[in-house]
Formats: sequence, structure tokens, C-alpha cells
Amino acid sequence: MLTLDPGRNAGSIAIEGLVKRFGPVRAVDDVSLDIRAGEFLALLGPSGSGKTTILMAIAGFEYPDAGRILLGGEDITWLPPNRRNLGMVFQRYTLFPHMSVLENIAFPLKMRGIGRAEREERARDALRTVQLEQMGARQPAQLSGGQQQRVAIARAIVYRPRVLLMDEPLSALDKKLREEMQIEIKHLQREIGITVVFVTHDQTEALTMADRVAVLDHGRLQQIGAPRDLYEAPQTEFVAGFIGETNFWSGTAAIAAARGEAVAVRLDGGGVMPATAVSPLPPGGRVRLALRPERLRIAAGGEGLEARVTEAIYAGNATTLMLQAAGGQMLRLRIPAGAGLPEAAVGEAVTLGWQAADARAFAVTP
Amino acid sequence: MAAARSRPNRAGRMALNAAAYAVTVFLLLPTLIIIPMSVGPERFLRFPPAGFSLRWYAEYFHDAEWIAATLFSLEVGLIAAFCATVAGTMLALALVRGRLPGRGLVELLVVGPVIVPHVALAVAMFLVFERLRLTGTLLGFAMAHTVLALPFVVFTVLAALYRFDAELERAALSCGAGRFATFRHVTLPLIAPGVVSAALFAFIISFDEPVVSFFISDLDRKTLPRKMFEDIDYNISPTLAAVATMLTALTVLALLAGFVLKRAAERRAAARNG
Repeated sequence: MLTLDPGRNAGSIAIEGLVKRFGPVRAVDDVSLDIRAGEFLALLGPSGSGKTTILMAIAGFEYPDAGRILLGGEDITWLPPNRRNLGMVFQRYTLFPHMSVLENIAFPLKMRGIGRAEREERARDALRTVQLEQMGARQPAQLSGGQQQRVAIARAIVYRPRVLLMDEPLSALDKKLREEMQIEIKHLQREIGITVVFVTHDQTEALTMADRVAVLDHGRLQQIGAPRDLYEAPQTEFVAGFIGETNFWSGTAAIAAARGEAVAVRLDGGGVMPATAVSPLPPGGRVRLALRPERLRIAAGGEGLEARVTEAIYAGNATTLMLQAAGGQMLRLRIPAGAGLPEAAVGEAVTLGWQAADARAFAVTP
Repeated sequence: MAAARSRPNRAGRMALNAAAYAVTVFLLLPTLIIIPMSVGPERFLRFPPAGFSLRWYAEYFHDAEWIAATLFSLEVGLIAAFCATVAGTMLALALVRGRLPGRGLVELLVVGPVIVPHVALAVAMFLVFERLRLTGTLLGFAMAHTVLALPFVVFTVLAALYRFDAELERAALSCGAGRFATFRHVTLPLIAPGVVSAALFAFIISFDEPVVSFFISDLDRKTLPRKMFEDIDYNISPTLAAVATMLTALTVLALLAGFVLKRAAERRAAARNG
């Protein structure tokens, strides 16, 4: 089994003020990130968010227009990719088709001038790590997609790099295999203690695999944090909408509020409801309110927001109600099964309520 | 309804096939007639031949001038094929991967030898080579034929590079291979069939080349096509037909080899993607 020597910060990455332009487009727009040694960091965002460009800049396939990249404290911004000693797994498997599986894995060792016997031994060791020890003599084309990607991982870790870069490595696999591989990669990462930077557009993948997730949009870093922080305390409207399901309302702040304070919001459809200010709000300032479907409740008492149930979708572990509020706003409300919460039938009029802490009010910049 | 429509279609297709075969035969006939003419026993070219004899083939192998011209052509062909393949492969790589300033101009220059009439090229080369005393030299011929073969090498290798997955080069770089090691261990083995068929192509172009050779040959050193031309002026012996037959056979073999290689490469690419 491959393991890395513990200690030192050799596997940490610092990205400072990274800018990359493609023509008039700022693919990466002043992004700074600290990636800790041994951490599993996901770069999450829609296509065009700059996540892959950041990864390519770390790998050395793109050179930035501004900013620096440090690996274990050493500036690698301008180092060619073959001298960075990073492991890289690509979206497509990119195994060398004219080499056997074992030759593929031994290739990085060959490039490092390691002798044949040691090469073979270490390649077999890496193959064992990804549980394909019987497959060494095969040609890549004879393996399934999942097996090919495991070989690609073995090839990327065989020389014991401090950092493993993964560019949507599971997107070519079907759902079941993808979920298996997610667990396997996570397991492997813990076992060998390698820093992983993992690019994905799949929020579930990012939340389940990563220690921390960096959410990007239009080349800008929106938020970085543990999966729980992103889900429960999104710092921007984009993050609130991108991670998980969210109901959005427009409204105005009834009173002034500092960051983190409770605030009353006058909703555009009518009604005044409590929320927490994510950014400082002036009185009368335009606000977007974000609320998770499972935090929306059917209130037992009279006070709250009037709405009518238009649809009820039963999914075993939860029931989702589609609601139309008095102002015409469409909402989703999720009732987990077995929690003893009040339910409602289609056509029924209900009163909605929530905790101030669960509704997040974002200032709208005009 | 379907049957009624398919009948005229079928007739049309048969007419098209017949026309295509007729054109093919028309084009091939002169080449094919050479073969029986080369085995006639008489002293002059004649069709149909009055018997069967291989004496003109024997004549060729015993004639020092024919052999000298053949060896010279082989020599020029091999050198030109080598130079054109190396330079053409490098050029194709630069066009596909490089950030070449003035790329459009380079592409235009590559096509140049194909577009400019060979006679014009030949006159130009003659005027330059004469002054540099390169006419009738191995160096002169090798340079001239390298120029003529280069476009074909570039096109063939470009096609191979477009089929090749460039991400494999990034994978090699990430494995710690430098630019040259990446080319040697990954790119070249995977485009090798294209490069070899480009080399075969280049060889044939040089070996067959009459126009430029005609201008830059001299009395002692001439290529096979030039020698054949002289022979037709002075002798018109069936040796000429024998040489033409062998030349045709050699060309067909080389092209077949190139075709087989290309098919193998395509199959390999298909297996990889499948």
C-alpha cells in the first residue's frame, strides 16, 4: 500500500490573486485559495465558472495572467507541468493505448529514471492499491470505463506526488459506478494522505466527497467552506441557489440590519416575514430571501403566509408540496416522513411559517 | 410503389457503375498495354507482342547505365523521403500544437510546391542550382525532391495528428515526461503509421518525378525517369517497357503498403474509442 510520509506542509497549495483571461473573458477573476496539506478540496461550479482553468493552472497547462501558485510554499507558477511532480487524472481516461496497463502505470517512473525492476514492483503496488492486480498485462482498451479510470489513478499516484489533481474524473461513468468510485477515491485519499483537488459540476459529488468545497461562478470564488456551511449558511445568492434546492422571494428590508442580525422582510407578494441578514441591509433596501424547502413549515397557528397546495409529490422518505402563495409566488415545501409534521392535501389552504435563522436575506445590488 | 421507384434507380446505378468502370479502364489501359509490350521478343515496341520473352528485363539488369540511373533514383528517393518526413512531421506538429506566429503564411508556403507548376519550379531550381554547381549532384536532387515531397508529408501527418488525442500528451507531461520524451514515447508511436505512409509517399514522389529531374540532371548523373525519357528519344527498345512495368509494380506495392498501414492505424483508433 502506498502511503506518504506525514508531516511538513509539502502538499499544501496557495493560490494568490489568480487571473486568467481568454480574449475578453476573465475565466478566472482574482481568485485566492488556500488548500491544506492532506485535504480533499472540491472546485464546484457550472460550466464556464473557471474551475477547470484553476486546476489547469495548478497543473501547469495554463499560465495565469496575474497571481501566483505556491506548492508547499514554493512558487510553481511558471514551472512546466512535467516538473511540478503533481498527479493528474483527466476526465477521459487518457491511458496510453499502445502500452499495457502495467506499462502505463510504470511510465511516470520510467520518466524519473527508475530502473526496470523497481518500476515494475512499484507499478504492481499501485495497481494493488486500486484493486486491479490481475489486470497488469491487459491493454487499456480491454478494460471497462471504471477500470480504466482506476488505472489512471494508479498512474497518477505511483510516484507518490503530494497532490492529486482530478478533472471531473467520474463524469464519464454511469451513476452506480460513479457512486462506488466516489467512495473508493475518498477512501484512497484518506489512506495515502494525499492532497486532492477535485473539479466537478455535480454538487452532490462535491458535498459527499470533499472536506471543503470552493464554489465558483463566472471566474469568481463565491464561497469556500465545509459542505455543511455551504448548505446551511450560503454567503451569496448564487451559492444558495446552486447548492441544494432553494425557494427565492424578492422583497424589501422593513428595518435596517447588520450582518447576521434578524430582520423583518416585506415580501413583494404581501406579508412581512422574519429572516437573517447575510449582508448589511439598509431600511427599504431590496432583498432576496432564500429558504430551503425542508425549513418551510405548515404553521399550526394562524400567523404566517397564506398559500394553497397545488400538488403533492410523495417520494417515500419525504413528501414535497408545491404551493402557490397569496402573491402568486410558487414554493416548494418538503415534509420528511415519520417526523410527525402536519401535512396538507392538494387544494387545501395552509399557513406557512419558518424560523428567522432559516431564511437568509441577501442584499440585491442594483 | 417502392418497387416502381427502385427499378429506375437500379438501372441508373448500373449505368453509373458502367460509366465508372469505363473511365477506369480508359485510364488504366495505356499502363496495362505496357506490360504485354515488355515481354515481346522483337527489337521494337510492338502491340500485340509476337511471343513471350524476358530478354528486355535481362537487358535492363545488364545495362550499366540503366542500373546507375536506378541506383541514383533510389538514393535520391531515400534521402528525400527521410528529409521530407523529418521536416514535414516537425512542421505538422508545429502547425497543430505550436503557437506559431504567421501560421497562415506557413500553411500557404507548405502548399506552394503543389500549386506552382512543376515546370516553373524546375526552371527556377535549374537557374539557382546551375550557379551553385548543384545540377547533377545528389545534394541538388535530394533538396529538390524534398521540397516536392514535403507538402504530402505535412498533409498525411496532419491527418494522423488530428486523429490523435492531444490529451494524451498532457497526460504524459503530467507523468513527468518532457516535451521531447512525450513526443518520443507517446505521440510518435501513435502517429507512426501515418508517418511511415508519409515516408512511402515521399519516396514515390521522388522516385517518379520527371519534370524537375529533367532540368537538373546532367550527362553523368540522371534519375530513372530522365533516363527513360532519353531512351525513348534514341532507342525505343522494349527495355523501356520492361522498366515502366517494374516501376508501376513498385509504385503499386508502395501505395498498397501505405494503404494497409493507414487502415491498421484507423482500426487501432477505432478500437481505442470503442
